[in-house]
Amino acid sequence: MTGQAEFHAALLDPERPVPPGLIDPARRPAGRRFDVYRNNVAVSLTKALEQGFPLLRDLLGTEFFQAMAGVFLRAHPPQSRMLMFYGAEMPAFLTGFPPVAHLPYLADVARLELALRESYHAADAAPLAHSDLADLSAEEFMAARFGLSPALRLIRSDWPVHGIWSAHARGTPAPSARRPEDVVILRPGLDPAPHLLPAGGAAFITALAAGATVAEALEAAGPLPDLSGLLSILIGGGALTALTRE
Amino acid sequence: MFDEAPLRHLPAMPGVGYKPQHFAAILQDPAPVGWLEIHAENYMGDGGRPLAQLRHLAERFPLSVHGVGLSIGGEGRLDPDHLARLKRLCDWLKPASFSEHLAWSTHEGAFLNDLLPLPYTARTLDRVAGHIDEVQDTLGRRMLLENPSTYLAFAETEMDEIDFLTEIARRTGCGLLLDVNNVHVSCTNQGWDTDAYIDRFPLHLVGEVHLGGHDVDADDHGAPLLIDSHGAEVADPVWRLYARSIARGGALPTLIEWDNDVPDWPTLAAEAARAAAIMGAVMAGGRA
Repeated sequence: MTGQAEFHAALLDPERPVPPGLIDPARRPAGRRFDVYRNNVAVSLTKALEQGFPLLRDLLGTEFFQAMAGVFLRAHPPQSRMLMFYGAEMPAFLTGFPPVAHLPYLADVARLELALRESYHAADAAPLAHSDLADLSAEEFMAARFGLSPALRLIRSDWPVHGIWSAHARGTPAPSARRPEDVVILRPGLDPAPHLLPAGGAAFITALAAGATVAEALEAAGPLPDLSGLLSILIGGGALTALTRE
Repeated sequence: MFDEAPLRHLPAMPGVGYKPQHFAAILQDPAPVGWLEIHAENYMGDGGRPLAQLRHLAERFPLSVHGVGLSIGGEGRLDPDHLARLKRLCDWLKPASFSEHLAWSTHEGAFLNDLLPLPYTARTLDRVAGHIDEVQDTLGRRMLLENPSTYLAFAETEMDEIDFLTEIARRTGCGLLLDVNNVHVSCTNQGWDTDAYIDRFPLHLVGEVHLGGHDVDADDHGAPLLIDSHGAEVADPVWRLYARSIARGGALPTLIEWDNDVPDWPTLAAEAARAAAIMGAVMAGGRA
C-alpha cells in the first residue's frame, strides 16, 4: 500500500526514492512517471511565487528567483488553497537565505508585494464623500474618528522600498543605500498603489486605525510637518470610509 | 437525495475557462461561447477586481464553479474552512454547476497545487463517497466529479476507473464531468483502449465535458507519456473522441480549458467554435 504521507514526502524531496507500489502498465516500478508529479508541483508553485512577487523576481533575475523558489516551496509548501496569498513566509526566508545576505532590503520588498496582494483582494468599502469632510468645522475634524479602508496596508522599512518599487515601475536603477521609508498602500478603485508617507504619517495612520481621534493621532505622530499632504494621500486613495463625530 | 436534481443546468453549448485578460473581449463579443467556468479558489478573496468582474459576468452568462483544491481523494478529512469558503462563494453566485476532481492535493495541511492520483479500492471508494456526501450536504447541491489524468498506477488498485466513478455516482448521487483530454491522456499512459473507455463511460450521468491540450513525453522505457498541460490547442485524437462521446451521449455543455500560455480571445473562441461545429454536425447526423 502506498500512503499519501509517503507520496507527499517523495514529491517534495527529489532525493527520496519513488514510493514502492507505484507502477507502470507492465507493473514495473513507475520510475520517471512519478517525476511528472514532482515537476507539476514544483513548476506550479514556482509560477505562483513568480506571479506573487514580480518585483523580487525582476530584482533577482528570473533564473535565480526560480532556483530560490525551488528551495522556498520545499521549506514552505502552501498552507492554504488560496494561492493568491502564498508566500507569507518569504520575508523571513529571505532574511535567513545566505545567497541574498548582501541585499538586506529584499525582505521588505517581499512584505510590500504581500501587502499589495492583500490589498487587491481586500473587501470593498465606499470612501467618504467629499461633502462629509467639507461639512466638518476645524474643531469637529480634530474630534472625529475615522474608519479606514480594509484595503489599506502600512509598511515601515529601514530601506527605500517605495523608491525601489517606483524605480522599477519607471525602469530606472533602484536605490539601495539604507534610508528609512514608510509606505501606505491604498486602493481607491480596484488597483492598489503604494504611496510614500511624510514624516509622522505612519504613526498618525496607526493611531487612527486604533480608534484615536484626529487630535489624539496628531499627538501620537509627533511633529507632522505636512499634514495636508498626508490627508490628500489618504482622501485621494479612498482610505477614509467611516466617520464618527463626538 | 441529490440524484433527483437535474444534472444539466449549463446550456449544451461551448464554454471557456475564464481568464481575467479576456474580460473586455468576452463582454464585447462572446460568440460562440455560451457560458464560463471559474476556478473557485481564485474567487475566495473578500473583494476587489476578481469579485467585481465575476459580478458582471454572472449577470451575462451561466457560470460553472470548478474547484481545484478540495482534495476529495485525500486520506484526511476535508478542510472545513475551505468548504465554508466554497459554500459562501456558491451561495452568493448560485452557479449553474459545481464540479471537483477525483484526486487529492493536500496532506496534513500542506497544499501541493496538483491533482494527485489515488488507488481504486473498496477503502478509497468509501472515503471519496464520504467526502462527496459532505460536500453535497454542505453546499446543498449536486456536484459533478471529474475523471483524472494519471501518469502511473497503484499495485493495490482492485477496481477499474469507470466502475469506480460509476459506483461513487450511484452511492452519492453526484454527476460526472467527462474530461475527454484526460481520457486520452490516461488511456495512453495506462495502456487502456480510448474508444472502449468512451463507449463504457456512463454518459447519462455526465453534466459537462472538458476539452484541453496536453504535452507529449516518454517514460523510462520509451513508451509515450502524455501530460495534461492545459497549455495548447485540443489535439486531433481528442476531437475525435469528443465526437464519439457526443454521438453516444448527445449534445453536452463543453468547456475549452486553456490555463497556461493563455492565447488571445479570438484563438480561444475559435477552439470553442470547433467544439460547436462538431456538436452540431454530430447531432445533425453528419460526420465530424
